[in-house]
Formats: sequence, C-alpha cells, structure tokens
Amino acid sequence: MPILGTIASSYKSAVGSYDSISTVTVGAGGAANVEFTSIPSSYTHLQIRGIARSTYNIGASTSLIIQLNGNSTIGNYSTHFLDGNGSSASAYGASGDFPQGVISNATAASGIFGAFVIDILDYTNTNKYKTIRSLSGNDNNGSGTLRFSSGTLYSNTNAVTSITLLSGSSSNLAQYTTFALYGIKGV
Amino acid sequence: MALTYDSLATTTLGSATASVTFSSISGSYTDLVLICNVGTTANGNDLFVRIGNGTVDSGSNYSATLLGGDGTSAASARQTNQSQQYLNYKTNTSSSISGNAIVHFNNYSNTTTNKTFLVRGNNANYGTDAFACLWRSTSAINIITITAGTSTFLSGSTFALYGIKAA
Repeated sequence: MPILGTIASSYKSAVGSYDSISTVTVGAGGAANVEFTSIPSSYTHLQIRGIARSTYNIGASTSLIIQLNGNSTIGNYSTHFLDGNGSSASAYGASGDFPQGVISNATAASGIFGAFVIDILDYTNTNKYKTIRSLSGNDNNGSGTLRFSSGTLYSNTNAVTSITLLSGSSSNLAQYTTFALYGIKGV
Repeated sequence: MALTYDSLATTTLGSATASVTFSSISGSYTDLVLICNVGTTANGNDLFVRIGNGTVDSGSNYSATLLGGDGTSAASARQTNQSQQYLNYKTNTSSSISGNAIVHFNNYSNTTTNKTFLVRGNNANYGTDAFACLWRSTSAINIITITAGTSTFLSGSTFALYGIKAA
C-alpha cells in the first residue's frame, strides 16, 4: 500500500490471533494524513499502535484525529475524552467532533514523539456503530498530556474498510511518525 | 516464522526479590509490552522502571505526565528530570491483592526518536492511573529493570515481556 510521502509495507507473518496488517512510516517532508485502505474483514477487532508528532507549533500537544471509511464530516462523529495536563484533570465531550488522541508537536524538542494505542472494536459488525477507544500521550519533560478517549461514527453502521489518521489544527504529521495496524481475531 | 505478538520472557518470583531485569532484549520487534503484577514487603510502595541500552540509565532522563484517580477525585501531575520512572499507583503487602502495571514501549528499537512509553497502573485498594513517559534518549531499549523503590517484591509476583512485530 504505497502512500505518497510515506514508507509503507504490507504483509502477514505467521498466522495467529494477532496479526500485522500494514505499517506506515511518514517520510521526509511529512504527510497531511495517513490512510489504511482495503482493510480485510477477517478479524474481530483492529488495533493501531505507534508514535506520532505534529508540525503544529502552538501548545504542548496536538490532537490525533481518527476518521473511518473516508467520512470527513465532523458532524457525523461524537467524542469524549479525559485529559491530564500535568496540573489538572479535565473532561470533554461533544456530538459533532472527531475521535481523537493526543501527540507531540513542534514545540517539543527534536525527536520527541507522542505514543498511542487505538482500538476499533467489532469493526465489521453492520448492526452497531463503531466505537473507537484510545490511550495516548506525550511528555516533553515539563509539559504534555495524557488522554483516555472514546468516540464513534454514528452516521451509519457500515463495516470499517478504511481508517484515516490526521494531525489536528490542519497541520501535518512529521517525519518518522509511524502507524502500525493489527487485526485481532475472535474464535 | 515469529508470531506477531510473542512472549519474550516471563518471571514468577519464587522468593522475595529486590528487582527484576530483562536484558539482551531482541531488537527485532516494533513494540514491547511489559506486564507486572506484584506485591511488596512494604505497603503502599510505588513501582519503578529504568531502561537503557546495555545498562539501565540511572541519570535524570525520565519524565512523565500522569492522570489518576484515588476513589475520591481525579488529578493530574507531572514529573521531570527523574532518575527512574513510576509505573503504578501503589503496591500491597499481600500477593493476592496485587498492584499491576501494563507498559507499552512503542517503537522501542529505533535510534531516531526519544522513547515515549505509556503506562496503565492499577491497584484495587488505592486507585488507578496512567502515565505518558519520556526517556530522553534515542538509543534502542534492550534492557529493562523493575523495582519497588526501597521495598522488595513478594514471592509470587509476576513479570511478563511481550514483543509485537509490525509488517
């Protein structure tokens, strides 16, 4: 799955209950987004793991936005998250906002990236909206954010066949940002 | 051919032990997941980790942003320039009511980026928390040492290390 501005790979190792589906590493110059397409339907859950940094240069952290099936209409999503910013805990929820984790940005020292683990449950089930949940965070030795989040695309119950990941604030994903997509099988 | 999610090592303590180290960790995976389920000889101790390449780093190169709840309120705090990294809220003196931590070392073996790792810590008696941690080094991680500070892990405490290999 070659993607402009990225180094992508796609293969399967030995068959198990937890398989690697595809990995994308953003190349020099960054990328506006990373997209996994033609996701096989042979798993029960999906997990995305990796590290990311935004080119945005305001604040200690930037959101990592998750969109499903090419649906980029913000009004079709809802989200909730619980944040810790090193000083206080805060909660946010909205109908009409994208599911989102949190990553490092250009205010952090060079080489500092946020990390995340994102789960998309029952992604092929056409009888329910798809819940996305994540644990993500970044730390800059003096600033940063830890975030628990959940969100959903509630405009339809289609199976998930593609996932798009974007940096918030209309910024780019920086070089060396890496997303690894895994499939988790049920018995 | 290796599985995508592999068990690399597991340690179950047969006697009280001050620290547990996983060394010579293979660099052939993408992420590491460490699961600790422990009791300690002193009540209310915290779990700590040091990581490194060849030897664990005991310099002031660790920091974290955390979010936790203790049954009464939620709070966030920050740790900077630490010589070791907290992994969970607290531990217990009972091996049957364990404190635990699950640690995600994403992209642990790359030599380009500093290492950010995520922690979920839990203790049914004390609370629950999560950390976004930074080790300010671009070295690959190939050694991990877990301690309970000045306390000692109880017999029966378990430590498991997994490797996740991306395509």
